[in-house]
Amino acid sequence: MTELRARRVVGIRGSDGRVHVPPVEYDPVTAAPLTEFVEVGTEGTVVTWTWMATPLEGQPFDRPFGWAMVLLDGADTPMLHAVDVVESAELSTGMRVRIRWAATPGGGIHDIECFEPVTGRAPSAASGAVVDAVSGITTPVRLDVVHSVSPEESRYLRGLAEGRLLAQRCPRCLKVYIPPRGACPVDGVPTVEEVELPDTGTVTTFCIVNVPFLGQRIPPPYVAAYVLLDGADIAFLHLVLGCPADEVRMGMRVRAVWKQRSEWGTTLENIDHFTPSGEPDAAFDTYAGHL
Amino acid sequence: MTADIAVVGFAQAPNVRRTAGTTNGVEMLVPVFAELFAATGLSKSDVDFWCSGSSDYLAARAFSFIAAVDAIGAVPPIMESHVEMDGAWALYEAWVKLRTGEADTALVYGFGKSSAGNLRRTLALQLDPYTVAPLWPDSVTVAALQARLGIDAGRWSERAMAEVVGGDVDTLLTHPYIADPLRRHDCAPITDGASAIILATGDRAREINDRPAWITGFEHRIDSGSLGARDLTGSPSTVAAARAAGVDGVELAELHAPFTHQAILLRDALGLTKAVVNPSGGALAGNPMFAAGLSRIGEAARRVFDGSHGRVLAHATSGPALQQNLVCVMEGR
Repeated sequence: MTELRARRVVGIRGSDGRVHVPPVEYDPVTAAPLTEFVEVGTEGTVVTWTWMATPLEGQPFDRPFGWAMVLLDGADTPMLHAVDVVESAELSTGMRVRIRWAATPGGGIHDIECFEPVTGRAPSAASGAVVDAVSGITTPVRLDVVHSVSPEESRYLRGLAEGRLLAQRCPRCLKVYIPPRGACPVDGVPTVEEVELPDTGTVTTFCIVNVPFLGQRIPPPYVAAYVLLDGADIAFLHLVLGCPADEVRMGMRVRAVWKQRSEWGTTLENIDHFTPSGEPDAAFDTYAGHL
Repeated sequence: MTADIAVVGFAQAPNVRRTAGTTNGVEMLVPVFAELFAATGLSKSDVDFWCSGSSDYLAARAFSFIAAVDAIGAVPPIMESHVEMDGAWALYEAWVKLRTGEADTALVYGFGKSSAGNLRRTLALQLDPYTVAPLWPDSVTVAALQARLGIDAGRWSERAMAEVVGGDVDTLLTHPYIADPLRRHDCAPITDGASAIILATGDRAREINDRPAWITGFEHRIDSGSLGARDLTGSPSTVAAARAAGVDGVELAELHAPFTHQAILLRDALGLTKAVVNPSGGALAGNPMFAAGLSRIGEAARRVFDGSHGRVLAHATSGPALQQNLVCVMEGR
């Protein structure tokens, strides 16, 4: 990477004498650690290619371009990179290409902007400048994924949009789950029978958050607690506010504080937090099985 | 060391372009397990060891395989493991477990909701993270580079690739390229799916299945992670795995080849001159990530269960351009 930033390409000599480009840390066959760097050329030969008609996010160009494995002069293994040509007819196995260096080197594979066909124009020369070693690179990775909810979760989320807490009962163990599930974790079958639950419950366990973190919405200390809704067999995590953090305790009775109806969506965030209801604490054995 | 281990059951979810379920596979797995138990007469309490193959990259959630355990109903607690690989490698782990004598039965499953993200981009992340992945070469691009190397070397042709698919080859060859020299028919479809296999030892296997598919060889090998350092027109890891497993005399082979040229490459690497290849259609007919390799083993085993074949081979692959390969040879007795 350091050499790329200086517009030079180095490979590394393997156990069998082959020069690997890009350099590998260990020999691909013998796994021996490799140390002998070898400078190679900035021109080379295309050994295979394909055409990217509709580039994907993150690729070297957002216009059609070629991909090729290029055997640089002096190297024994080809490297993969983009070739900047207008149409696939300009690409062929055996064609000569050379590196087009990025205008602003950053110390990474992107210092090679791409390859381009060798023409009469003089290639950009190595900078020759002495530079500090590149000790790390940053590669942003972004994947877009569409998450689907299961049919059971979908019922639950639509219920929340109406201010209702819809659980479902497992047909085998008869436990009531909120959210309902595609498979009861005890019996491995989907929950079926719908059960509407009240918005009151019991704190089974809790922790006091004292540590600030990125994206935190409430100044610490505050309480994140497992709330077991009345009639449910599984607790869920929510906030307990409305009293000093050190007064929250196991068995404390709580009720939901809903956001303004205009702010409701298909989310448990419709409940802003839980707050002490003032009832006497629940007896330990009423929630002991849910810890 | 237990020597006699057999595949005694196989079931798979429909191979579809897109499921409505979650990425943790539960909705696909629940009916697959039910089908498997119905066919074998077993219940979850009869299973000594569970092992799965899936990927958090594909599911886009951390520890997605833990959520999938819900489909088992793991109460009371079960002995369970997971590989971040195709279920075929989970089956290998289970086979080792049975060989040690720690278990007599195992249920192995793989699942993947490939449609949740952009599969071509997700698979770019298995490339070298310093010098290759930052350019985001997608999975079809890498396969196309391999396909052209083979064409230029005279190992296969666009016509031979189309013949892997069959049908009207002349018409297929008039279709446009997706990634020159690959056309749509050369590439496996993006597929959501799941599959599961039950393994059992000795007499237990004979109780469960009238004609178990006894595993006679089970090996996997890997090639370098450096694409340029490999001869992509061959597959040394497949050759080595096949040599170790012993593939002489196989009558049928199920190959996990997500691209047509890879089917040709594997056929040659395995020396399959007489065997029937991919009667199920192979990965080109349905390629659920992390299940398609396991399904090859199940599809091959089924041909032993039904008595139609005596000695069969299944192959699974992982990584870019057939980097890692597994061979499982089974026979009826």
